[in-house]
Amino acid sequence: MDSNTNVIEVENVSMHFNLMEERIDSLKEYIVKFIKGKLLYNDFVALDNITFNVQQKDLLGIVGLNGAGKSTLLKILAGVLSPTTGKVKVNGNMVPLIEVGAGFDPDLTARENIFLNGIILGYRKKFLREHFDEIVDFAELNDFIDVPVKNFSSGMYARLGFSIATVVRPDILIVDEVLSVGDFRFQEKCERRINDMIKDGVTIILVSHDMGMIERLCTKVLWLDHGKMRAYGDKDEICEQYKNS
Amino acid sequence: MASFINELYKYRYLISELVVRDIKKKYRRSVLGVLWSLLNPLLTMIVTAMIFSNLFRFDIANFPLYLLCGQIIVTFYNESTSFAMSSIIENGSLLKKVYIPKYLFPVSRVISSCVNLFFTLPALFLILIVTTMSLPIASFTFIIPLALMFFFCLGVGLILSTIAVYFRDIFHLYGVFLSVLGYATPVFYPESIVPDKYMFIFKINPLYFYLKAFRQSVYEGQLPEFDVLIVCFGIAVASLCVGIYLFKKYHNNFILYI
Repeated sequence: MDSNTNVIEVENVSMHFNLMEERIDSLKEYIVKFIKGKLLYNDFVALDNITFNVQQKDLLGIVGLNGAGKSTLLKILAGVLSPTTGKVKVNGNMVPLIEVGAGFDPDLTARENIFLNGIILGYRKKFLREHFDEIVDFAELNDFIDVPVKNFSSGMYARLGFSIATVVRPDILIVDEVLSVGDFRFQEKCERRINDMIKDGVTIILVSHDMGMIERLCTKVLWLDHGKMRAYGDKDEICEQYKNS
Repeated sequence: MASFINELYKYRYLISELVVRDIKKKYRRSVLGVLWSLLNPLLTMIVTAMIFSNLFRFDIANFPLYLLCGQIIVTFYNESTSFAMSSIIENGSLLKKVYIPKYLFPVSRVISSCVNLFFTLPALFLILIVTTMSLPIASFTFIIPLALMFFFCLGVGLILSTIAVYFRDIFHLYGVFLSVLGYATPVFYPESIVPDKYMFIFKINPLYFYLKAFRQSVYEGQLPEFDVLIVCFGIAVASLCVGIYLFKKYHNNFILYI
């Protein structure tokens, strides 16, 4: 792949949610409301006509206030949500770090979870066996490897999750605010690993409220505002606009 | 269809890992572990056999074996379908974060119940050999009704897991339904005690046919009747078709409800 190819193409993507006035979880409620004609839906537009491309080796930062649609956009990119309209094309294998340790089963030990979570992320069992020590070392959990993860602290949880997800070099890495967990030493370690990945040519999409980190790491920035694309372009320009708004 | 099989092949490691997880969790922290799969049906069978051979006497030869066949079929159905029903909701946090084909969860749950079922088979054959002192070759055809029933349960599991996402009531309703179904299946009573005018209950009860074929091979030591197997096959295909259709139609919206 040369550096001009689009790794991610997002075309006119919109996402609408049917927000019910109140959530209806039971059949009885549903029937009662249906008969009364009270099934109210509020159409909520989480993303409105978003179009952009990400090239290989780009480091895209997504900024915006709470509720701007950042996480929804990431979920669409990761394939978890399918957009109401529009198209998303992704070339290459993608590791989403939307929430560290999302695939952990609290009752299983760290060892068992490394295999379960690794396979969920699409690694081979053999590969995981080979890299097992590397994962454990990076997470610094050598003494706790046979402890059920429900007894882990949130920092240990995050370390293990980050360590599993970044053991390979994916083509695209999606990072959602996950680096804010863990102590500063581990954060530095994570940033170093991300920097290594950048050198290897991994395309990274980063969501953060930490403008310092966006300015340090990213090359391009997408600014979302209430589901609309406010601006997209080079880091310095957009960051300047965003800070002044 | 070909792409579906490809995908299933691609995710085979995940399926096996999910199945192993289910089984590990079921027996975590128990001393006898997986032996319970064997002991449980045996103990239940002994208790039930004691009650029914002293309190209510039915004219059934080799009652323990008759009972155990019924229990195994009904337990497999109950366990696999209820387990599959909750699969999507329980893995909601995962489905919200990472893309995984959602059907893998109900599928893996039905497979783990199936594995559990296989752990109980030694108990069945033990009773078969102890009580009859023989082991007819035809007994091994039991695998045919079980295989068909696997697909039937898978279809039901897909349907239930879809409904459960939208209506949590189904958990409570289904518990009641299962006990009705249990009594409507001839587990501990002979078919002959049911009056003719109620025979239609058997005709609309899918479990009846699977149990009948299963008993024909294990309990009677014969090949299952072809007509019965055809019905079993038909029900399995129908439930699988409905299940796949419903699941496919709604799976994209699951994320908004879990």
